[in-house]
Amino acid sequence: MTESDWLALKVTLELSSVTTLVLLVLGTPLAWWLARSRSRLAVVAESIVALPLVLPPTVLGFYMLVLLGPKGPVGGTLEAMGLHHLAFTFPGLVVASTFYSLPFMAQPLKDAFNAVGNRMIEAAATLRAGPWDRFFTVGLPMARRGFLTAITLTFAHTVGEFGVVLMVGGNIPDQTRVLSIAIYDHAEAMEYASAHILAGGLLATSFLMLVTVYALNRRYMTVHL
Amino acid sequence: MSIEARFKLDFSGCFKLDVDLTMPDRGLTALFGHSGSGKTTLLRCLAGLERAPDGYLAVGGEVWQDGPLFVPTHKRPLGYVFQEASLFPHLSVRRNLEYGLKRVSAVVRKVSLDQAIALLGIGHLLERMPERLSGGERQRVAIARALALSPSILLMDEPLAALDLARKQEILPYLDRLHDELEIPVIYVTHSPDEVARLADHIVVMEAGRALANGPLVETLARLDLPFNLGEDAGVVLDGVLAQRDEIWHLARVDFPGGSLWVREHGVPLGHHVRVRILARDVSLALAHVDHTSIQNLLPGTVEAIGEDSHPALALVRVRVGESALVARLTRRSVAALGFSPGRPVWAQVKSVALIG
Repeated sequence: MTESDWLALKVTLELSSVTTLVLLVLGTPLAWWLARSRSRLAVVAESIVALPLVLPPTVLGFYMLVLLGPKGPVGGTLEAMGLHHLAFTFPGLVVASTFYSLPFMAQPLKDAFNAVGNRMIEAAATLRAGPWDRFFTVGLPMARRGFLTAITLTFAHTVGEFGVVLMVGGNIPDQTRVLSIAIYDHAEAMEYASAHILAGGLLATSFLMLVTVYALNRRYMTVHL
Repeated sequence: MSIEARFKLDFSGCFKLDVDLTMPDRGLTALFGHSGSGKTTLLRCLAGLERAPDGYLAVGGEVWQDGPLFVPTHKRPLGYVFQEASLFPHLSVRRNLEYGLKRVSAVVRKVSLDQAIALLGIGHLLERMPERLSGGERQRVAIARALALSPSILLMDEPLAALDLARKQEILPYLDRLHDELEIPVIYVTHSPDEVARLADHIVVMEAGRALANGPLVETLARLDLPFNLGEDAGVVLDGVLAQRDEIWHLARVDFPGGSLWVREHGVPLGHHVRVRILARDVSLALAHVDHTSIQNLLPGTVEAIGEDSHPALALVRVRVGESALVARLTRRSVAALGFSPGRPVWAQVKSVALIG
């Protein structure tokens, strides 16, 4: 592996870790609300959350670029405040990845919170637990399997990002150049051996992560049901 | 002091709750009705799990709901037992019991955890996880968990309905003890006439979201004018005292206000308060005392009223026996042939009496 490959690996891991953390913080309350809300707003919100699953990454990437760029509402505001816009930067990548990977965090968490069931939450309420108390002492611990799934899927999915990263991040070494783009570059330059190393590595790692998650899920299931 | 509840609730036109009730805040009040009669919805409104707009609820002088005022469930001093086990699967039995307890301030603790554990007989289960309990054990833990809160009212939503007969028999004695040993008023939702007869002091009969009857159990069961009919389960209960034992024939005499009855001996100590249930189909009437009969229990009384039965061939006849009343289920033909009418002295022959607690 070349030095730029190592840098790409570093950026990839940083991006995936930061994105997963951000999504854990934002996605958990969102999923809790989606699972428990009876309002029509939740239907709309759920559809928006699922959009990245069906949209071409370039569509999302394009709008992100417009939004975060120097003339966009977000980037422009930052510029006006004397800050730098976010297009072709690492923070910009994190923002874009957060939206792109949102369904992979929110959906499994929502399913897990749904599985906790209304009765358990109501039971906690009759035992004097207020809303926050119920969330932390019943919702979270009972949904812990869902967290494992959500974290792994989000991380793995962010590692595998390509289109959005290419649109928003460009291809700047040590800043926005991630593994999937490095592979693309190698393949285009006919450096198949280098491409093989990275592609094979990603394939094996992703597979191992999924095997771990599914095996753990299965084990918990046999213990708990 | 009492429980006052006024609720109106519409579920998109398909179902309604419309009640205005005053219930006693002592003893066990059964909310009785078929499934879909609104009894569970009423209980959920009492708990604050369901919010009926413009509802009113006061329990023992404390207002829990009135117009915009709505005390959320977790701030109401109640205990709630769900139909299905609702133990937290990630906590051991002990930590399930402690969950509510540690959220209650020490000042209001009247029932200790040890007392709740002893009352429900679950001392040997404390370290187990809920998944390793039987259905009956789970429900006992759930009841103990609610009791450990020292609630000022205990709400129970068909706590036995999900259990088989053997498990029901396992739990019923604990419910009797709860009733006898603690002074916590209980609102108990059920569709089982047996559970009503055994446990209730007071009954609210629900149908289509309305309360058809609301009164003390003994009096209410003896009413013939109710728009509900228990069919084969029609009958009365009498509260009495175990007064005498016949060791030779394994019988015991129960004295109730207005008379006494011989029942099969069940090892209840003398002087204990007991309840007997007499089904209307087990009572027949005669105009004179019958000497040569196998029936042990013959009670003199007066016909008080004659009412409809669900079957057109049958009639329900209420007989006053001292301060108590029995109900007999007779064919209309015999009512006519023997000329039973209000005021007529009769002998009630009671073929079978069940001692139910």
